[in-house]
Amino acid sequence: MVASRAIGSLRRFTASQTLGCRGYICRNFTRSSALLTRTHINYGVRGDVAVIRINSPNSKVNTLSQELHSEFMEVMNEVWSSSQIRSAVLISTKPGCFIAGADLNMLNSCTTSQEVTQISQEAQKMFEKLEKSTKPVVAAINGSCLGGGLELAISCQYRIATKDKKTVLGSPEVLLGILPGAGATQRLPKMVGRPAAFDMMLTGRGIRADRAKKMGLVDQLVEPLGPGVKPPEERTIEYLEEVAITFAKGLADKKITPKRDKGLVEKLTSYALSIPFVRQQIYKKVEEKVRKQTKGLYPAPLKIIDVVKTGIEQGSTAGYLSESQTFGELAMTKESKALMGLYRGQTQCKKNKFGAPQKEVKQLAVVGAGLMGAGIAQVSVDKGLQTILKDTTLPALGRGQQQVFKGLNDKVKKKTLTSFERDAMFSNLIGQLDYRGFEKADMVIEAVFEDLNLKHRVLKEAEAVIPDHCVFASNTSALPIGEIATVSKRPEKVIGMHYFSPVDKMQLLEIITTEKTSKDTTASAVDVGLRQGKVIIVVKDGPGFYTTRCLTPMMSEVIRILQEGVGPKNLDSLTTSFGFPVGAATLVDEGGVDVAKHVAENLGKMFGERFAGGSLEVLMQMISKGFLGRKSGKGFYIYQEGVKNKNLNSDMDSILASLKMPSQPDVSSDEDIQYRLVTRFVNEAILCLQEGVLATPAEGDIGAVFGLGFPPCLGGPFHFVDLYGAQKIVDRLRKYETAYEKQFTPCQLLVDHANNPNKKFYQ
Amino acid sequence: FSDFRMISLLTYTLKNLPNTSKWALRFCMRPLSSSSQLQAAAASQTKSKKTLAKPNIRNIVVVDGVRTPFLLSGTSYKDLMPHDLARAALSGLLHRTSVPKDVVDYIIFGTVIQEVKTSNVAREAALGAGFSDKTPAHTVTMACISSNQAMTTAVGLIASGQCDVVVAGGVELMSDIPIRHSRKMRKMMLDLNKAKTLAQRLSIISKFRLNFLSPELPAVSEFSTSETMGHSADRLAAAFAISREEQDEYALRSHSLAKKAQDEGLLSDVVPFKVPGRDTVTQDNGIRPSSLDQMAKLKPAFIKPYGTVTAANSSFLTDGASAVLIMAEEKALAMGYKPKAYLRDFMYVSQDPKDQLLLGPTYATPKVLEKAGLTMNDIDVFEFHEAFSGQILANLKAMDSDWFAQNYMGRKAKVGLPPLEKFNNWGGSLSLGHPFGATGCRLVMAAANRLRKEGGQYGLVAACAAGGQVFSICFTCVTDKTSYL
Repeated sequence: MVASRAIGSLRRFTASQTLGCRGYICRNFTRSSALLTRTHINYGVRGDVAVIRINSPNSKVNTLSQELHSEFMEVMNEVWSSSQIRSAVLISTKPGCFIAGADLNMLNSCTTSQEVTQISQEAQKMFEKLEKSTKPVVAAINGSCLGGGLELAISCQYRIATKDKKTVLGSPEVLLGILPGAGATQRLPKMVGRPAAFDMMLTGRGIRADRAKKMGLVDQLVEPLGPGVKPPEERTIEYLEEVAITFAKGLADKKITPKRDKGLVEKLTSYALSIPFVRQQIYKKVEEKVRKQTKGLYPAPLKIIDVVKTGIEQGSTAGYLSESQTFGELAMTKESKALMGLYRGQTQCKKNKFGAPQKEVKQLAVVGAGLMGAGIAQVSVDKGLQTILKDTTLPALGRGQQQVFKGLNDKVKKKTLTSFERDAMFSNLIGQLDYRGFEKADMVIEAVFEDLNLKHRVLKEAEAVIPDHCVFASNTSALPIGEIATVSKRPEKVIGMHYFSPVDKMQLLEIITTEKTSKDTTASAVDVGLRQGKVIIVVKDGPGFYTTRCLTPMMSEVIRILQEGVGPKNLDSLTTSFGFPVGAATLVDEGGVDVAKHVAENLGKMFGERFAGGSLEVLMQMISKGFLGRKSGKGFYIYQEGVKNKNLNSDMDSILASLKMPSQPDVSSDEDIQYRLVTRFVNEAILCLQEGVLATPAEGDIGAVFGLGFPPCLGGPFHFVDLYGAQKIVDRLRKYETAYEKQFTPCQLLVDHANNPNKKFYQ
Repeated sequence: FSDFRMISLLTYTLKNLPNTSKWALRFCMRPLSSSSQLQAAAASQTKSKKTLAKPNIRNIVVVDGVRTPFLLSGTSYKDLMPHDLARAALSGLLHRTSVPKDVVDYIIFGTVIQEVKTSNVAREAALGAGFSDKTPAHTVTMACISSNQAMTTAVGLIASGQCDVVVAGGVELMSDIPIRHSRKMRKMMLDLNKAKTLAQRLSIISKFRLNFLSPELPAVSEFSTSETMGHSADRLAAAFAISREEQDEYALRSHSLAKKAQDEGLLSDVVPFKVPGRDTVTQDNGIRPSSLDQMAKLKPAFIKPYGTVTAANSSFLTDGASAVLIMAEEKALAMGYKPKAYLRDFMYVSQDPKDQLLLGPTYATPKVLEKAGLTMNDIDVFEFHEAFSGQILANLKAMDSDWFAQNYMGRKAKVGLPPLEKFNNWGGSLSLGHPFGATGCRLVMAAANRLRKEGGQYGLVAACAAGGQVFSICFTCVTDKTSYL
């Protein structure tokens, strides 16, 4: 491949005419002189430029593994020692990926922080050597350049990136509970300035090429190319390489300088930061903000600030040392293990284990243009799926169409879409009041009110029109799919697709299969979900499926705790400080009190005593007074347009007072309240696995974290049990069982895990 | 109120519009469209002499065509309005053909950047040129192939029996373009118009912000992709791995051939134009053969600093107008004309406006050939619109590539290359200039005149345009022996 590329780029070699300020048109090279075969890295020499190409075999992405690391070192040593070579270009020949990050298995196989620290130190050494290279190295970036990939790129003397949507640069380590451990904490602040560096490292956000250019993270952009006499992706990489070579030569000839002109704002900022007092203030501000957001549950962000600070205040030697040691410590934390586990789970839930469906869905129809229906339509049309949105009245349909338009238009405002792309996407949506066109639909997703009779009616109406192969999916949070399917002529084509609100923001999709649902129907639903950008768990049918079923006992406990006299604000702060993104009382308001009551009532009937706790009467009284939560403006809180700080709804006091329950002091400490909520959730989740509702613990964790906001730092209920010990959780449950009986009885599977410490959900 | 202040601010802004070197001036706006036309006529005795006439369809001929000299924007035409230029082309056509004004059934003009005062520029120019006020006229727009659209509209009118004699033409005046107030400013002004009381007026005026005054220039980029055409051309050249040198060489060829044609008096479609208040303009002023060394010194104009498209290897902003007289064959013969060419099969195709914006001729050429039942070898004269050197060379590479034909055109094998010795032999848009709306007629007349001069039979014109659209036409030369047609 390298050879063919070398020949392909042999064109008329026109000499010095071009380099320098006139524009770098010299794209043509002498034949490469060195073609050595390694596993991950190859390099050839064009004139006096070494072109180092990364392409890990048998993988969609390149990862910075130990093997790649050592091959890279080998190559660089050859580059440095060759008298023929004056500069180098570093490029990936894998489409859409420069280097996607460090090899996580490398970290996971370490058992002590010392081992991890050593890995970090080796990488630091390599990148420092690269940074100090007297022969300029140009990183030519096409596709994801994340984590270790970014570390490598910023150690080079110059960076050129393709202005492609797939080209994203970032330091996502913080999302895995660790930090960039190969020198980035020291390098990034110098390169892009401290505020931008903190932003990158503390949020882990990916930065697109054009923004990276503005920040000074890359030096040049290359536009992706269209069709030529070979595939566009291939030619784009080749072109990127050609451009990078001209810059490498220019750098070696000192005709280009890697230094960038800083703008006035940047100059002022860096001046201000040279004053120690200002620096201290900034660290303080950032730390405060981080503390507020992480509530002390995530150690990595604060450590990142520390490490950056050490480097700046005490010099780079101290900075590097601090970085590697902290890296080792963080990698051993429970939080990091939980987050890495989630990351792996997420990767699994982005695959279709049911295989490709026999017929790909090209025409989708969504029945019901409410919040959910329109949301489902939005995430479909923006992926190019032809979608019919049907409702029964023009105002309802218009509201739904406007929701879709607004969702797309917000992206235009954020400049992630052009207005033209928005229009083209919006044209994939057809709004209508009848079933016209359903005869061509490959899948119907109904998202009408949660009423079994209504759902039956819609199913029958749709089945009268849709073709035989068409899948009928029901978006419901609790109605058993099997019951919906009873009126179907073809129950093997009926499936549940439980989306979460707001559909365009929530990543999770819970797919529910009945005993009759065919495998191809499931494959089709998963395929559509993946195309909609969802993370998918597939569960068995049953009351509340998995997510609603786990949430309900916890919600029952929420009501009881409120009845026992804990105020909504206090309860909210207890839950958020445990790691839930939304407080428990607020969650009831957001989801809707009527929905909560409906679910509690239904599941309460099915599961009986285990789901008891708070009194349903609380919710019923709220509904009778019109306190339906955010949607009606009042719930536990008062919601007003434009008012940011919500106030308590004082009318709730009388309701809660009239239904007051005595609190039991020995299970009512702040910690007990938190654990009463979490253990009921966890116990129910494990029972779902025990009963086979869940197929794997990973799906349980992903569903809990991405759908219900289970604290990500705990990694989901199953990681939580593994990392904190089943015995401790069983002990807690037993303690609460004595106070509240059956509701806290640990399930058999959990007890098994407690009895045998070697038993883990994740081996 | 502050009208005065606004006006002075606007003037200030305008004064600061880019206005640097000549090259830079040529490039401060993207050419709105580009067209490449291919014309060829095959006349060698060994070739088929088959007629391209179709049963039951009227034969349609071009009697003759003229154009004003094409001038760099901002030179002698800079104080004119578009209809003045169009008028000059019409008058020139009347003079050249001596066609009686009242015989003309209809007039159609193409234009791209519309002067708002004369949005139907065809009508204003026709009235000004002394045509009967009973002769209807309309204006069409299709970026760089606007005047081709005018011609084929004429063909449609004649073929359907609506008309016998139609004048088609095109005009572009890039020396003056409609720079508008911003939308916010326009909205405020319109609201002010409607306001009835002083209080209402004051409340509207109080919303005024300084940024309302930033002017809006006519589209400098493709609306759907926000990419300027020069930028797209640079990417296209890169996609086909066309070097800067190749592009400069091709541009030099265009300028050299144009110069030669000009010197030898071959550009017979040009009619002199006495510009009011200025000297009579007799020839194109953008033909400037340079040296490769000189051209190599220019910096890239669009993709900086490493792109390959420069001012020297792109077409430049041009003022000019063109017009042709199209008739039903029997009418022309009855009037005693000896027409220059028969207009035969034509077609419009379009493709992806992002990555294949300028690649249209590759798609259109084989299609129109197939439609006419001809092959590349039958064609004697090719006229392609030269928007950019890189664009022409990319099209040639695409036509020569089996891979491209198989993967993007659904063909089994490549289209094949038009021989360069038959290709744009009298210069092209790169050197003669490219007044967007007027180029189409120039291409057709160049091909017709070349066929006559070089003794060929079949001509082929192809031109690409903004929006990823393209036009191509096959036509036949009229020789003395018209019997076989």
